[in-house]
Amino acid sequence: MAQYEPVIGLEVHVELKTNTKIFCNSSTAFGADPNHHTCPVCLGLPGVLPVTNKKVVEFAIKAGLALNCQIAPFSKFDRKNYYYPDLPKNYQVSQFDLPIAEHGFLEIEVDGNTKRVGITRVHMEEDAGKLVHQGTISDSSFSLVDYNRTGVPLIEIVSEPDMRSPEEASAYLEKLKAIIQYTGISDCKMQEGSLRCDANVSVRPLGQEEFGTRAELKNMNSFKALQKALVYEIKRQIKINEEGGRVIQETRSWDEAKGVSLSLRSKEEAHDYRYFPEPDLVPMVISKDWVDEIRTTLPELPDERQARFVEQYGLPAYDAIVLTSLKEMADYYEQCVEQFNNPKAVSNWIMGDFSRLMNADNMEINDVRIQPAQLAKMLQLLEKGTISGKIAKTIFEDMFATGRDPDIIVQEKGLVQISDEGAIESIVTDVLANNPKSVEDYRAGKNQALGFLVGQVMKATKGKANPGMVNKLLKEKL
Amino acid sequence: MKITEQAVEQLALLSRLDLTAEDQTAHTKSINVILDYLDLLNKLDTSNVEPAAHVLPLKNVFREDRLQPSLAKELALANAPEEEAGAFKVPRIF
Repeated sequence: MAQYEPVIGLEVHVELKTNTKIFCNSSTAFGADPNHHTCPVCLGLPGVLPVTNKKVVEFAIKAGLALNCQIAPFSKFDRKNYYYPDLPKNYQVSQFDLPIAEHGFLEIEVDGNTKRVGITRVHMEEDAGKLVHQGTISDSSFSLVDYNRTGVPLIEIVSEPDMRSPEEASAYLEKLKAIIQYTGISDCKMQEGSLRCDANVSVRPLGQEEFGTRAELKNMNSFKALQKALVYEIKRQIKINEEGGRVIQETRSWDEAKGVSLSLRSKEEAHDYRYFPEPDLVPMVISKDWVDEIRTTLPELPDERQARFVEQYGLPAYDAIVLTSLKEMADYYEQCVEQFNNPKAVSNWIMGDFSRLMNADNMEINDVRIQPAQLAKMLQLLEKGTISGKIAKTIFEDMFATGRDPDIIVQEKGLVQISDEGAIESIVTDVLANNPKSVEDYRAGKNQALGFLVGQVMKATKGKANPGMVNKLLKEKL
Repeated sequence: MKITEQAVEQLALLSRLDLTAEDQTAHTKSINVILDYLDLLNKLDTSNVEPAAHVLPLKNVFREDRLQPSLAKELALANAPEEEAGAFKVPRIF
């Protein structure tokens, strides 16, 4: 049986964080009542004249620069014609042959190897409206249309078909999301649709140069969905090949609940968008000065920051990758390290309990009530031995839930670590007296018995005894 | 003939035009006349002419990212064929 290799390219749509839409002054705010953010321009009423939002062009150039693209000196908008009720004009204003940016790349890390994935192009376009189907999509007889999202600025980022596994595709999307978030041009919230991903997938016998026929996968609303949809699609295509069939070029929609992809429509004949230059919008001439000016607004990007974290803080590469994957997390980390200069300890807490609690509550960094200074303060208490590692976890959970200062929690709950040798010694004596069997075992050479005895002392002190001291005293007495 | 009746039929489908058989024949003829004329234009030497992206000699017409009040919802929906729950109600598209 032939071995097959998947070939994957991604098309990612990112909603830009501007105040107003791409061609009119209507609001882009998310979550308003239906049709509250529209105007004659975005509703496509006759006789209106769209005018490009300068910020959209700036943001698109910024994205292009962050993705190592060449910025077009001359760019224009085109009409992409198709009929669908989410598009009031019956065309979408997009870019066809002269996109704002081309020929870029980004780098991903998979299994410890760095791989470069090409960016074919970045272009600007307007978003479409939202259709709400009554009942299920298959049995409702009409749709309700909300045009709030119509005209919200998007950039579409098209990759080269450079990815060879679902893991690489996932890593690409993660990196792309991180880069875009760092530039501040989008929130990149997949659940709110401000980051959307379609995938072009084909398979070919290993060693074959020529690509197989591809299917376009849509409707993957999370990283997990992307991964699952790709695995499913690759299997489906390999099966068709092995059974001697032919993969047809089509668009397929991922059904997350059922875990299958379904054919939407055959792309072979239906899709002819008949692009032509948008006559209502004049071309854009992008000067080198303008590009240079935008370049100066680029922040330190994830790759640079990651390298700096390894260099400056001596962190393992893994920690640096995780911490810098989100700008807010990296900012948080650095603010904390500034006040508690033990970079690895801070990293362990942020990647450990901090992330665990945050993910359990589906929170984002900005929602977390613990301030970096408070985490630093808690780590100082831990370092000074005022609290034990075990107590620190309890305090941390309290801080996470309430946002209170660690020292207040320590005082209030009486959690100060017992480091008074006399106090611990008397408890140690009691524990030894009450557990003669373990004492005997330890003396007979069973080292595990010591762990049990330490546990008993900790239990008696409600976890407050200084563990180092407990160990030392127990060993002495034994 | 540069364009066939079948191509015109496909074009009509894409443009949501309901053409009769006579329409189709007539349009095929007139589109071919236009295409023939384009052939004539194509004979001109344009090797020293910049491709035009627009008929006007304008570039970089932008506006600032400044919010203005939206259209009142009632006005936005005034042309809706039907309305429900503040939304345009349209036949379901398959």
